[in-house]
Amino acid sequence: MPEAMRRNSLVGDDKLLFEGPEWDFDKLRRVYDAIEEIATKELGLEVYPNQIEVITSEQMLDAYASVGLPLMYRHWSFGKHFAREETLYRRGYQGLAYEIVINSSPCISYIMEENSMAMQTLVVAHAAFGHNHFFKNNFLFRQWTDATGILDYLTFARDYVAHAEEHYGTEDVERTLDAAHALMSHGVHRYARRPKLNLEEEKKREEDRRRFAEETYDDIWRTAQLARESASTDKQALEKELAAIRQRLGLPEENLLYFLEKRAPRLKPWQRELVRIVRHVSQYFYPQKQTKMMNEGCATFCHYEIVNRLHEKGLISDGALLEIMHSHTSVVTQPDYDDQRYSGINPYALGFAMMRDIKRICVDPSEEDREWFPDIAGNGDPYGTLRHAWANYRDESFILQYLSPRIMRDFRLFKITDDAEVDAMVVDAIHEERGYREIRRALARQYDLARHEPDIQIRDVDLEGDRCLVLSHAVHDGVLLDEASTHSVLEQLSTLWHYGIRLEEVDAATERVLKTHEVPARH
Amino acid sequence: MNIIDRRPNPKGKSLANRQRFIERAKHEVKDAIADALKRRKLGEGEGGEKVSIPTRGISEPVIHSASRGGKREYVVPGNKKFVAGDRIDRPQSGGGGGGRGQASPEDNGEQDAFEFMLSKEEFLDLLFEDLELPNLVKTRLKNSEATQLTRAGYSIDGTPANFNIRRTMRNSLARRISLNRPSPVDLEALEQLLKTAEEADDAEGAAQARLDLEAARQRARRFAYIDPVDVRYNRFDRVPKPNTQAVMFCLMDVSGSMTEAMKDLAKRFFLLLHVFLTRRYKTVDLVFIRHTSNAQEVDEDTFFHSRETGGTIVSTALEEMLRVVRARYNPDNWNIYAAQASDGDNYSEDSDRCSQLLGGEILPLSQYFAYIEVGAEATLRHGFPSPPTDLWRTYAAIAPQHANFAMRKVADPSQIYPVFHDLFAKDREHA
Repeated sequence: MPEAMRRNSLVGDDKLLFEGPEWDFDKLRRVYDAIEEIATKELGLEVYPNQIEVITSEQMLDAYASVGLPLMYRHWSFGKHFAREETLYRRGYQGLAYEIVINSSPCISYIMEENSMAMQTLVVAHAAFGHNHFFKNNFLFRQWTDATGILDYLTFARDYVAHAEEHYGTEDVERTLDAAHALMSHGVHRYARRPKLNLEEEKKREEDRRRFAEETYDDIWRTAQLARESASTDKQALEKELAAIRQRLGLPEENLLYFLEKRAPRLKPWQRELVRIVRHVSQYFYPQKQTKMMNEGCATFCHYEIVNRLHEKGLISDGALLEIMHSHTSVVTQPDYDDQRYSGINPYALGFAMMRDIKRICVDPSEEDREWFPDIAGNGDPYGTLRHAWANYRDESFILQYLSPRIMRDFRLFKITDDAEVDAMVVDAIHEERGYREIRRALARQYDLARHEPDIQIRDVDLEGDRCLVLSHAVHDGVLLDEASTHSVLEQLSTLWHYGIRLEEVDAATERVLKTHEVPARH
Repeated sequence: MNIIDRRPNPKGKSLANRQRFIERAKHEVKDAIADALKRRKLGEGEGGEKVSIPTRGISEPVIHSASRGGKREYVVPGNKKFVAGDRIDRPQSGGGGGGRGQASPEDNGEQDAFEFMLSKEEFLDLLFEDLELPNLVKTRLKNSEATQLTRAGYSIDGTPANFNIRRTMRNSLARRISLNRPSPVDLEALEQLLKTAEEADDAEGAAQARLDLEAARQRARRFAYIDPVDVRYNRFDRVPKPNTQAVMFCLMDVSGSMTEAMKDLAKRFFLLLHVFLTRRYKTVDLVFIRHTSNAQEVDEDTFFHSRETGGTIVSTALEEMLRVVRARYNPDNWNIYAAQASDGDNYSEDSDRCSQLLGGEILPLSQYFAYIEVGAEATLRHGFPSPPTDLWRTYAAIAPQHANFAMRKVADPSQIYPVFHDLFAKDREHA
C-alpha cells in the first residue's frame, strides 16, 4: 500500500515542469513551451516572436532610467530618474518591477534573476504572452508604432545625439533636448497616419535636410517683406494672402514639436533632428498611455488564465500556484478612496476585473447582463470576445462599451463633482440603477487622454508683425492651466522658437479668452 | 523563442546620464554636501552621502492643469455611506482623499526637494573638487628618484628566479616540431616495428627498422629537448616613480581649557584633513600628537577619543613633532605638513619658545603648517572681537615672514568646511 502511494505521487511529480524556487534556463524553456501551448491553442493569442532576456537588479534599474527602453540617447533627466529610483530601491521604499516588456518585434521581455521559478512562470505568461498579444493586435499599436523598426530607430537616435554633442557641444544639445522634452506630451499626432520608420531613410532624410538647409525658403521669413510691400495696397488682398500662408504652414497644429521641427525659423538643422527624435519617442509611447488599463488588464487576465490551466494540467505544484496567486492578488488590489494607500484607480485591478467580467458575461450571464450587453451575453466564446475587445478599443472606449453594473458595484464606484463655484463637493451618482450610466460616462472621460492632457494648439504666427507664436488652450469646465509650470514650458518653447510666445486660454464653449500667458522674444 | 542571458553585460549603463545629472545640479549638490558635512558624525568615515537638493534647476516642467478652480468630476472606488446628492466638504490642503492623487504632487510647497544617494567617490570628488595639497608639486619634482620594477615583456637572459617556464616550453615545442625531432612515442613505434620484424624473422625488414631507429635516436640526440635558444626570462624595467610621500602631523591641545565643543571642532577639521589626504595621495603618513603640559605621539583612536587634563604648554608639542621628524621623517625624502588645533591658551612664558621652534626650525622643514584656533562661540560672536589669545599673538608675529604658514579662527561647525576650503583651495594666493 505505501509502495503504491509513493508510485502515485511519483507519477504526479513527473509531470511537474519544475520544483523548488530555483530557476535555470532549461526549466525556463520547458515552462515557456507549456505556456505557449495554452496561450496559442486555448486562449488563441497571437504574438510577436519572443525574446526573453535575463538581467540583474542593477540592470533593471538602468532599464527603468531609460524609460524602459533597451537603448536611449543620453540626457541628464534619465540620470535624475535613475538617482531617484535607486534611492527608493536601496532604502526599501519600493521594489523593482518583476519584468519590463518592450513593444518591438521580436518582443523583448526582461526578467530578473532574483525571481523564483514560480515568478518567472508568471512573468513569462504576463509579459511574453499577455502584453505581447496586446502590442501585436491592438489597433492603436498597429496604427502608430512600428515594432520592427523601433530598435533601429533608437540606435539612430542615440548615435545622432552623441554625434551632435560631439559637434555642437553637450550644453547646446542638452538645451535643445530640455526644451523638446518639456513639450513631449504635445508632440504627438493624434489623427493622421504616420509613415513607417526606416533607419536608412532616416539617415538619408537627415542628410538631405542638411544639404538643402540654406536653399529652402521659409514662409515665416517671407512675410515681413510681404507686409511691407502691401502696406499701401489692398487690405483684403493681404488678408487673403496671409490666410493662404497660414494654410501652407498647416495651422492650426496640435503637434507642437512637429510644427517647430518643420517651421521654427531659426533652428539649426541638427536641432530640428533632435526635436524630431523626441517627437518620435513621444509618439511611440502615445498608444501605451491610452491603453494602460486595458494592456495591464489583458496581461493580468492572460497570466491568471494560463497559470490556472498549468495547475489544472498538473504542470505546476500547489506551492507554485500559491506563490503566484500571492503576487497576483497584491498587484490587483484596489484600495478604497479613504485608504492611506489610495492613489487613484489601479489599472491592474480595474483591467483584470473587467476582463474577468467579460468572460463571465459570455459564459454565465445574469438577467442584468443580458439587458446591458445583449450582443455578447451568453455567446459562449469568452476568449474570442476578449480578443476582439483587446484589438479594437482603447481605455476610454473600452470602459464606455464594457463597464458593467456588476463591476461598478464590486468597486463601489461613485462620482463626485467639485465645482469651484459651489462651496462643497457633491456626490452626484453612486453604484445604483440611476447612477450606472453617469458613472460609466465619467470614468471613461477620466481615461480620455485628450481630457487630462490640456488641449493646446498652435493657432497662429503673427506674420505681419514680430512672428509671435500664438497658442491656444481649449478650456473645458473652467479648468485653467497651472501658472508656474506653464510659464516654464513656454520659456523652453521660446528657446526653440526664438520669438515671442503667447498662450491664450479660450473657453471652449463661449470662445472667451480667460487668461493669457506670455513670454517675450529672445534677443 | 530566444532566451538570452544579459547578466554578464556591463551594468551601469546609465552612469553617463547620472554624471550629466550631477554635473547639471552641481551647484545645488555642493551646497547640499557642505550642509551634510555639518551633520556628519566622525564615525561615519568617508562613506556615501544622502543629499537633498531643491528641484529648481533640475525640474522638468510639463504643462498641466491647475489643481483648483473650474468644475471637475472624479470617479472613485470604495463608497461606504454616500448616496446621490450628498455634499462633502473639500479636503483641506489640496490632494487628500477626495481628489485623484495625480493632481496634487506639485502643490505641496514650493521647494519640493529631490533626494538621492551620492556614491563615496562622487561625494569626495565634489567635496574636494578644487582643493590641492599646497606645494606638493615642487617637492615632488625635487625628489623623484624612487624607482619601481615593472614587468616589461621577456628577455633571453636573466636570473633563474625570473625563469619563465611557459614561454620556454612554448619555444621548445615549436622548435621540436619544426625540426621534426622524433618524440618518445615515435621512438617507441620504431622499436615496436623492429621487434615485430625480428619476431617475424624478417632480416631485411629488421635491418631497415634498426637503421631507422638508429637514425631517429641520433636525431633526438642531436636536437636537444630544451635548447638554450628556447629559454626565456621575465624582464623587468626600472620605472622612476614620482615620490609623493608625505607626512601629516596633527597637533591638538587636549588640555582642560579645551571644551568638548572645541575638541569637536578640531576633530572635524582633522577628519576633513584625514579624508582629504587618504583619498588624494597614496603614501601619506599621519602622525597624531596631543599635548597638555607635555606632549606625546598617540595613535589615531586615542588622539580623537581619549581625554586628558592638565595645563597647556604648546612648545612641548612642537618639540615632539621635531623629534618625530628627526627620528623617522627625513625632510629630504618626505613632504612635511602639519596642522595644529588649539583654543589659543598657552603658558605665557612659553610664547618665545614657541615662536623660536616654529619660525626657526619647523617652518623651514615643512611644506605647510596650518594653525586652527577653535574658539568658544560666545567670545567670537559678540559684537567686539575678543582680544587675541596668547598663541594667536605669538603666531601672528611669525606669520608674515612665512608663506607656508596659515592661521584661521573657527567658531562653529559650519565654518569648518569654508576654512578648510580656504586653506587648501588650489588658487590660494601665495605671498
